[in-house]
Amino acid sequence: MKKRIGFFDFTGCEGCQLTVLNLEEQWLELIELVEVAAFREILADTGEALDIAFVEGSVGHPQEVRRLEETRSRCEVLVALGSCADNAGINALSHFCEPQRLAYSAYGREVEGIEKTLPRPLSCFVKVDARLPGCPVDGEEFLQLLQALLVGRTPELPTYSVCVECKLGEYPCTFDQGTVCLGPVTRAGCHALCIAGGDRCRGCRGLVDNPRSHPYRQILEEHGLTVEDILSEFRIFNLPPEKS
Amino acid sequence: MKIELNHLARMEGHANLVVDAVDGAIKECRLDVVESPRFFEEILKGRHYSDVAPIAARICGVCSVSHTLVSLAATEQALGVVVSDQTRGLRRLLSHGENMQSHLLHLFFMAAPDYLGVSSLTELARDRRELVSRALRLKKTANDLVRVVGGRAVHPATTCVGGFSVLPGVAELQEVRRNLVAALADLEETVALFADFEIPWMARETEYICLRTEQGYPGLDGDLFSSEGVSCPVARFETMISEYHQPHSNAKFARATRENFMVGPLARYKNAGEHLSSMAKKVAEALGLNRTTVNPFEANYARLVEVVHFLESSVHLIDGLLLKGLKPESVWVPPVGGKGAAAVEAPRGLLFHSYAYDEKGRIESADCVIPTAQNLGNIEADLHHLAPSLLHLPRTEMARHLEMLVRAYDPCISCSTHLMKIDFV
Repeated sequence: MKKRIGFFDFTGCEGCQLTVLNLEEQWLELIELVEVAAFREILADTGEALDIAFVEGSVGHPQEVRRLEETRSRCEVLVALGSCADNAGINALSHFCEPQRLAYSAYGREVEGIEKTLPRPLSCFVKVDARLPGCPVDGEEFLQLLQALLVGRTPELPTYSVCVECKLGEYPCTFDQGTVCLGPVTRAGCHALCIAGGDRCRGCRGLVDNPRSHPYRQILEEHGLTVEDILSEFRIFNLPPEKS
Repeated sequence: MKIELNHLARMEGHANLVVDAVDGAIKECRLDVVESPRFFEEILKGRHYSDVAPIAARICGVCSVSHTLVSLAATEQALGVVVSDQTRGLRRLLSHGENMQSHLLHLFFMAAPDYLGVSSLTELARDRRELVSRALRLKKTANDLVRVVGGRAVHPATTCVGGFSVLPGVAELQEVRRNLVAALADLEETVALFADFEIPWMARETEYICLRTEQGYPGLDGDLFSSEGVSCPVARFETMISEYHQPHSNAKFARATRENFMVGPLARYKNAGEHLSSMAKKVAEALGLNRTTVNPFEANYARLVEVVHFLESSVHLIDGLLLKGLKPESVWVPPVGGKGAAAVEAPRGLLFHSYAYDEKGRIESADCVIPTAQNLGNIEADLHHLAPSLLHLPRTEMARHLEMLVRAYDPCISCSTHLMKIDFV
């Protein structure tokens, strides 16, 4: 019997679900392999049990927490799809602002306890079985992860940094142009897409497992950067554990 | 009778539709927005100008190009950066690509299932495979255009303040051009498909607002223009369009001359249809769409007409760019601060950003007004107008009609910079 998969979105931009839809012909093949039973952006949810739930976006509002718990209870495997689900993503930035100023900017008044509703990663509320980082996720990597789950293998993410993919792509080093880049400490898997586009890495895929170790630290020191500099940059897409 | 539809399907973002009728009269009829807040305007504060567009892009995955382009334009205004003709051409191309991406996604995946009597287009993968393949082929052509120019189909990477950090390859652009021309056959079939759909009838006149220039169809330039005959420069956005709170919702609404107004494909078509390509005008005729229409359901026709226009216009733009030859440009940004505002026509309509920068090139304040925030008041007014005529229908039928009306706006609630309703605990 075909495995039943579902897509769910919480607070985010829906760019990750869109990237999955953008698989085009591969999407057509995918829906022959699995049954897509929930995907609010393109179909109404039937509410049945699922084998795999891909969940996009972060969670803050109590109603969202309840909906996430419901989603968790109806699936076997829950995957955090994209930066917002995995590590709060771009939403992480709101945690570093003055809470009352956030309230003023949105409602023109002070609101109590606003930090309680700020977007957080899924793992703050439910058990997450697998993660697919990136803002947005990479379509091919999504297919690899799905394939692993369908054959019962534990999905693995690259353990090396974006720098490795950048060197393989033979792109000029962003540091050499005097720009801070998070390539040395960010988990690979994006094929250094932003650097290929002439931009720099802002760390949307999260930290590699051991970012402080040699030789990353050496690179940072050579360019006059402290670990703190890097972490402050890193917060554009990532919520540090003490905030989650 | 009370109808509550939670988490409307086939829409961008989360919204609940609430309709309450007592003794044949509509007591309540509203669209609630239920996403937790993201506070983009606040989180942009203090960010360096080079980070602003990449952060603003994340407001929405579906219209990340529009948020990027309007963000760059507002920053360039503020810092006094003037971009080249080449950059303007490539940005227009990128914008066309996004409008086609979004319109095609809406037409096939969100709107068409209503008319084909299915809950999802993928349901048709077996029985009407050609239709589904055609939809995916067309969408891929638009995605490829955005990817080739912007570096990625969602959240562009090659765009920056002052121009492009990497230019598209000539061979890739030529291939995109070939695919765009080849897509015309698929578009013809699509027009035939949509011409057969029975679009619900409804008439409610409203105010229609878009950008307008003398030269062409609304896009990245021009002044604000209203069907009420008023216009103003983009920098004076607030003098024409004001936002206000509704007691039932923390979501912001907007008004201009009248109590509510519409932005988006139908507003553009009505206000500036004379600038459409000749092929697009023929398609409008074939669909029975004309500029006097006041039926919000016909926004889907306007979307399809725009796809034809943007496709034709993209081919001409690529020809123009390739003929001149793409040249790498050095981008220089003056080390100054200042204030700037810009507007673009995003797929769902007028999108406005305004920023103030300090001397170090860091944002002091940001304001973003998204199309759906502007449309919300109009959507509710349309719901109020339509609902009484549906009261004789069974509850599910009534809900289906109202949902189709909301969907015709293609509301994008993911862009929740201003669209939030929260119950605080």
